[in-house]
Amino acid sequence: MKKDLLGIADLTRAEIYLILDTAEAMREIGQRPIKKVPTLRGKTVVNLFYEPSTRTRTSFEIAEKRLSADTLNIAVATSSVLKGETLVDTAMNIEAMAPDMIVLRHASSGACHLLARICKSRIINAGDGMHEHPTQALLDAFTIREHKKRIEGLKVTVVGDLLHSRVLRSNVLLLTKLGADVWLCGPPTMVPSGIERLGVRVSTSVDEAVADADVIMMLRIQQERMHGAFFPSVREYFTVFGMTAERVKRARPDVIIMHPGPMNRGVEIASDVADGPCSVILEQVANGVAVRMAVLYLLAGGVEDEEAA
Amino acid sequence: MPVVMDADRMARTFARIAHEIVERNRGIEELALVGIRTRGVPMARRLALALGRIDGHEVPTGTLDITLYRDDLMRHAVGPQPLVRRTEIPFSIDDKRILLVDDVLYTGRTIRAALDALIDFGRPKLIQLIVLIDRGHRELPIKADYVGKNLPTSLSQSVQVHLTEIDGRDEVEIRES
Repeated sequence: MKKDLLGIADLTRAEIYLILDTAEAMREIGQRPIKKVPTLRGKTVVNLFYEPSTRTRTSFEIAEKRLSADTLNIAVATSSVLKGETLVDTAMNIEAMAPDMIVLRHASSGACHLLARICKSRIINAGDGMHEHPTQALLDAFTIREHKKRIEGLKVTVVGDLLHSRVLRSNVLLLTKLGADVWLCGPPTMVPSGIERLGVRVSTSVDEAVADADVIMMLRIQQERMHGAFFPSVREYFTVFGMTAERVKRARPDVIIMHPGPMNRGVEIASDVADGPCSVILEQVANGVAVRMAVLYLLAGGVEDEEAA
Repeated sequence: MPVVMDADRMARTFARIAHEIVERNRGIEELALVGIRTRGVPMARRLALALGRIDGHEVPTGTLDITLYRDDLMRHAVGPQPLVRRTEIPFSIDDKRILLVDDVLYTGRTIRAALDALIDFGRPKLIQLIVLIDRGHRELPIKADYVGKNLPTSLSQSVQVHLTEIDGRDEVEIRES
């Protein structure tokens, strides 16, 4: 493994499989009466979150605690960032207290790369702007593999806001690396131009995109990142792109429905689909802890291509 | 590379250890076997079969991966982390007599890690240790309850246990490394 986990783009197939296999072992720890192993005793992990997050931050914190790391959370709402401190200054001050890893979420794409260059601590990207969210893609792949026993050759259809989604970018990179047949579907205003070059197929018809799909992945409509009108109304969006039980019928009978959360019920997904028998949305959350434990464990080891670690 | 135990000898060794287990525990009630990955796992299965043949009862068997409990994990700044594999103990160890199984007893550090790992699963009535080879050179105060063969070695030697399930043959050999 490299020093940091900045994105799926930097991972090889072998590294992805190593993380997924390690996560299999980590999941068992969560089923024990004492859900803790001493592996990261004495390591300090700082969770530095510049954007609101419940799931990801909680998931990282539980993963860190299950590995016995000392964790602390810095939520920007209560930090000196509000007094005008820059990201780099905040990071250098945290670094001065010698943590071993920093888990960073930031609204700017590339923020993790910046910190990785200036920090000795290992940096884990917990979502940077519209760029990547690697641990989400890894837990999605873990969930898919658990249900389908493979990833190669599966038809995976992703529907929703393709433009603002870092979850999409990480998932496309990972799924294409592992040989899945990835279809994307969303309003034309939300399809990044040239995305086909990543080796995916794009359709503006949900019916075509979900036909015979093994996996349907819904993306959240991210109203907080939208500056402008991308579609006329939420109602119209649901009518054209919302995942309904009727549409799910076009997919394979054993299709699984995924959503990275938080869900907008009645916007991108109907409640009966979100809570239905094909939904694996809560399993994704449970698997997130195991996948993050695997990443923390693997990054705590030595660095392969670095002389002075 | 001298062979210090062949397949016949190994089969008789497992049979003898199974009888010792029954004698010492006055039957196989409350017993459970836990094999330490990698080669402790097939050893535990073979012992479970042997115990079943003696007593007619099935002895529950589990698998322990001690990687996350190793005391040398974070000591080296270079090199990738050791591979972690699943621990599977599909029964409660509370109040059981746990027979911990490993192939070679050397420094005792693996067993120290295994004891810590086991205690995280509950409070067994007792833990006994079964090893196929005891090669000496202990670094911790740990001793096996059942030993297949005591094998005096020098620190420059290595002991390789081969088991059919993993290596295609039953054999123990000693190498100069």
